[in-house]
Amino acid sequence: MQRIGVFVCHCGSNISATVDVEKVAQMSLLEPGVVHAEDYQYMCSEAGQARITEAVKEKKLTGIVVCSCSPRMHETTFRNAAERAGINPYMVEIANIREHCSWIHKNIEEGTEKAIILARAAIAKVTLNAPLKPGESRVTKRALVIGGGIAGIQTALDIAEAGYEVDIVEKTPSIGGRMSQLDKTFPTLDCSACILTPKMVEASAHDKINIYTYSEVDQVSGFVGDFTVDIRKKARSINMDKCTGCGVCSEKCPSKKISSEFNRGLGKRSAVYTPFAQAIPNVPVIDRENCIKFKTGKCGICEKVCQAGAVDYTQEDEIITEKYGAIVVATGFDTIKLDDFDEYAYNQSKDVITSLELERVMNAAGPTKGHLERLSDGKAPKNMVFIQCVGSRDVTCRGKVYCSKICCMYTAKHAMLIRDKYPDVNVTVFYIDVRTPGKNFDEFYRRAVEEYGVNYVKGQVGKVAPQANGQLLVQAVDLLDNKQILMEADMVVLATAIEPEAGVRKIATMLTASIDTNNFLTEAHPKLRPVESPTAGVFLSGVCQGPKDIPETVAQAGSAAVKAIGLLAKEKLMTNPCTAKSDELLCNGCSTCANVCPYGAITYEDREVNDHGIREVRRIAVVNNALCQGCGACTVTCPSGAMDLQGFSNRQIIAEVDAICR
Amino acid sequence: MSITAKTEFKPKIVAFCCNWCSYAGADLAGSSRLSYPADVKIIRVPCSCRVNPMFVLRAFEKGADGVILCGCHPGDCHYSTGNYYTRRRMTLLFSMLDYIGVEQGRTRVEWVSAAEGVKFSTTMNEFVEKIHSLGENVRLGDLRCRN
Repeated sequence: MQRIGVFVCHCGSNISATVDVEKVAQMSLLEPGVVHAEDYQYMCSEAGQARITEAVKEKKLTGIVVCSCSPRMHETTFRNAAERAGINPYMVEIANIREHCSWIHKNIEEGTEKAIILARAAIAKVTLNAPLKPGESRVTKRALVIGGGIAGIQTALDIAEAGYEVDIVEKTPSIGGRMSQLDKTFPTLDCSACILTPKMVEASAHDKINIYTYSEVDQVSGFVGDFTVDIRKKARSINMDKCTGCGVCSEKCPSKKISSEFNRGLGKRSAVYTPFAQAIPNVPVIDRENCIKFKTGKCGICEKVCQAGAVDYTQEDEIITEKYGAIVVATGFDTIKLDDFDEYAYNQSKDVITSLELERVMNAAGPTKGHLERLSDGKAPKNMVFIQCVGSRDVTCRGKVYCSKICCMYTAKHAMLIRDKYPDVNVTVFYIDVRTPGKNFDEFYRRAVEEYGVNYVKGQVGKVAPQANGQLLVQAVDLLDNKQILMEADMVVLATAIEPEAGVRKIATMLTASIDTNNFLTEAHPKLRPVESPTAGVFLSGVCQGPKDIPETVAQAGSAAVKAIGLLAKEKLMTNPCTAKSDELLCNGCSTCANVCPYGAITYEDREVNDHGIREVRRIAVVNNALCQGCGACTVTCPSGAMDLQGFSNRQIIAEVDAICR
Repeated sequence: MSITAKTEFKPKIVAFCCNWCSYAGADLAGSSRLSYPADVKIIRVPCSCRVNPMFVLRAFEKGADGVILCGCHPGDCHYSTGNYYTRRRMTLLFSMLDYIGVEQGRTRVEWVSAAEGVKFSTTMNEFVEKIHSLGENVRLGDLRCRN
């Protein structure tokens, strides 16, 4: 018989305000096997843990139930305390009476009754717990970074500097990401390319960093410390070893009217192209969908003009399989589609553009060579209107409910830069709120208003109507003066909401990383583990986790790198001991369990068994503990009930059910 | 069933939550103070596919009035495919239960991600309300379990 101790935590007043903790302890004493019960203000504190270890020694406890916060919070804390007290750490169960009880119930009677029942279920479960021992698994000393924007580059550089090999997988032909499309950065007005390209060069020159551009992650298997990843290197149709990056192929390519992704569709590129001048690697890609050679079989000009003989039309996608210990997701963002926002006339007028498009317009390498001009007729604008929160903080289902965070600041930046360079242009910004939390952010915004005379109007724009004379009629409300506004503008710029890059859901699925309804990857803990995914060995860097500006992204990229380095530095990892186990007397070797196992952890063995005195050789299922992740699919599928999951056994779960329904 | 004065119906509801999504969703509902009735008691399982149909039957046998399973959204399972098994198994089980008189409303499978505290709370509120409208479960219950 087990000797169980029950420890009820007050959690200050978080629990004790709506749960009578003393009563929970008293009632627990009535349960079979319970020889000790007490309550204490903070069980997780050193003094609280000391009470547990003392009670274990004094009362010779064999099992512990802690009634406290979620096991996701302090299970490890209490397991370690148990271990220090000399009992197996897996002889601890947590009754979650905070998140699942005290915080959601207001009535103390109701809360107490529920807490007693939750404690009872945990006691019933711990009675059936058995000591478990974690196994060990090895760590592959190599990291994968998915995404080659500033987040991915920074993470890779930091990991590489610590001495570990890093591979970057980037789906476009060059690293650089969104930051490479920006003209200037707030609040310092640094030139984006000037601060980014040195990082790009550093990453590509680093001997520990290997960059796969124009590549995607195809498949991921394995687990923390030992992931196996298939990387698809898409056919570039250019031999990277031979290409000298001279650019003659792009120059001579007859198919030049393809809309440039890098310029957000505002400029043109040829079918064989590098996205931008500072691209890394400086090796072009043939866009097979638009290449005349691939469409009709004729042409072949690029092959003829290439003196290095690098053009190779026969190249095929290549799959590279590599092992990694840690994976960092840095997939970044895109602006949302504006098809549902007809009132801003984005699709009707060329002079209504998104802020990211304005970045390209203002960039010297952009479609207008950096001149601010209307895209419809090339005239210089006199009146410009900026509309904030286009699709952000939008509770109708067409937009995003969250704040995109960066728009207030980049709009202030655009307004300031325009007023600085073209002082005769009137700039009006319509906003819901101006949010400027960040170092030197509010000062920057105030400069835009006070020094540069940007006209900020609190109010939303109802409609942007293109007029016959080419002007845009903006209808809006001024909430502070409580009046309607009708004004003509030459250009309208939409601060469009940002959302995670489209492919992130597929990547999250491959990594079994959690993702929220907005497609942002979920953290292991929103406050205390913000750069880790709940899936061990997967880390988050940049906007894939939530909207961020560049300094925040760089900071998070560094901390994701630190977490990855911490993992890679370990020689061995402890594995989860809650794995499946088959009862050799019940197993009939039917293979059903192996069919449902997602990890291929179940094999079959002919083994001599002693079934009540009958000795015979039987084919039975054997679980490889290093591979088993403990999902329990096999336990339910087993027709003879031979498979069970340690730590979550049939008897344990049934005991919990019984305790709850009693 | 013993003959006692009719008291207010307090349903017994067992909620199986997978460790990775729904249990975390329930934690989020808690830390966001999104209330739902105390009748719901949560059992943590590694994956929704760990829930043996026998556990559901056992709950009803022991007097549960409703059983709800929560797992990761299809495609988001921490173990890749676990919730697909849940979906199939439970569809089959629930229709058989319905056939023997345990109404479909007493059983439910819901996908709740770790970020969906609000969904967890609204789901539980709806489910408890449904159980209230159905009343006490009289089928399958082991009479010896009643008091």
